[in-house]
Amino acid sequence: MIKKIIEKVGVGEAFLFLAVIGYVILGIFDFALLRDVLYVLIRLIVRIAPILLIVFVVMFFTHLFFEGQRIVRFLGKGSGFGGWMVAIVGGIVSSGPIYMWYPLLSDLKEKGMKDSLIASFLYNRAIKIPLLPMMVHYFGWDFTLALSIYMILFSVVNGVIVQRLTQRGPEG
Amino acid sequence: MVKTAHLNAQKQAFFNTTRAFKKSLPILMGVLMLLALADALIPKQTYRLIFSGNWFFDPLMGAALGSISGGNPLTSYIIGGELRQEGVSMLAITAFIVSWVTVGIIQLPAEAVMLGKRFAIVRNAVSFCTSIVIAIFTVLTIGIK
Repeated sequence: MIKKIIEKVGVGEAFLFLAVIGYVILGIFDFALLRDVLYVLIRLIVRIAPILLIVFVVMFFTHLFFEGQRIVRFLGKGSGFGGWMVAIVGGIVSSGPIYMWYPLLSDLKEKGMKDSLIASFLYNRAIKIPLLPMMVHYFGWDFTLALSIYMILFSVVNGVIVQRLTQRGPEG
Repeated sequence: MVKTAHLNAQKQAFFNTTRAFKKSLPILMGVLMLLALADALIPKQTYRLIFSGNWFFDPLMGAALGSISGGNPLTSYIIGGELRQEGVSMLAITAFIVSWVTVGIIQLPAEAVMLGKRFAIVRNAVSFCTSIVIAIFTVLTIGIK
C-alpha cells in the first residue's frame, strides 16, 4: 500500500509529507520545541537560498552550452585525467550543502557522467577553502595541510571503489 | 534567424532547468526539515559524552557521529575544537570532521532518489570507511594523538 502511495504522489513528495507529519507530531507534544525547530529551518533556508540560485544558474548554462555528447567527453567514459581534475576542482570550489548539488549531478549522470567522478566531486566538497583559516585556528597548519592532501587523494580512491562496487566496471 | 534559434535554445534550457529543479525541491525541503529537527533536538553536549579515549572505538564513534550529523562544516570544527579541549583523541576528531561532510545519513534518501539507491548506499559506506583511514593517516603523518 505504501509503495502504491509513493508511486502515485512521487518519492520526493512522500518524503516531504513524512517530514511534515514529523513536525505535526512534534507540535502536538511540544509546541515550544517546534517553534525552535522552525526558527532553525528558516535560518537554514535563508542561508542556502543564494547557493540554490547559483546551482540553478550553473544548471541553466549546462543545459544551454553542454549537450550530452560534450558532457560525456568531459566526464563520461574515457574522460581520463581531465575528468578527475574537473571533478576534484569542481568539488572543492562548489559551495553550500552537499544536497544542493544533487539536482545538477543527477542531470549530469543522465547525460553520461561516471559514478566515480560524481563520488569524487561529492568527496572533495569536504575541502572548503573559505573555511580553511578556521580549521587552521582550531587544529594548526600541519593538520589542515595533511588532511586536505589526504582528502584529495582519497577522493580518487573513493571514486574508483564506488565505480567498481556499483558494478559498472572501472571505466563506468 | 540565428537570433531566434538562440532565443529558443535559451527558452528550452530554462524550461529544462526549471523542470529538473521542480523535481528536486520536495526532496531538498524534506532534507532541510530533517536537518533542522536534528539540530534542535540533539544537544551539543551529547557529543562530549560519547568518547571514552579508546583508540579503537573513538574513531569509529567519531565517524558514526559525523555521519548522522550534518550542516555547515564550520560546526564540525567548533565541536571538534571543543572535543580536543576535553581530551578526545585527534583520531576520533579527524574521523568526525571528515565523515561530517562526506557521509550523510540524513540526506541519504534524497541522494538515493536523485543519484540511485545503490550509488548512495555504496558511496556513503565507502566514505564512512575512508574517513577512518584518513584519520589514521593524518594523525600518523603529523604525529599527534
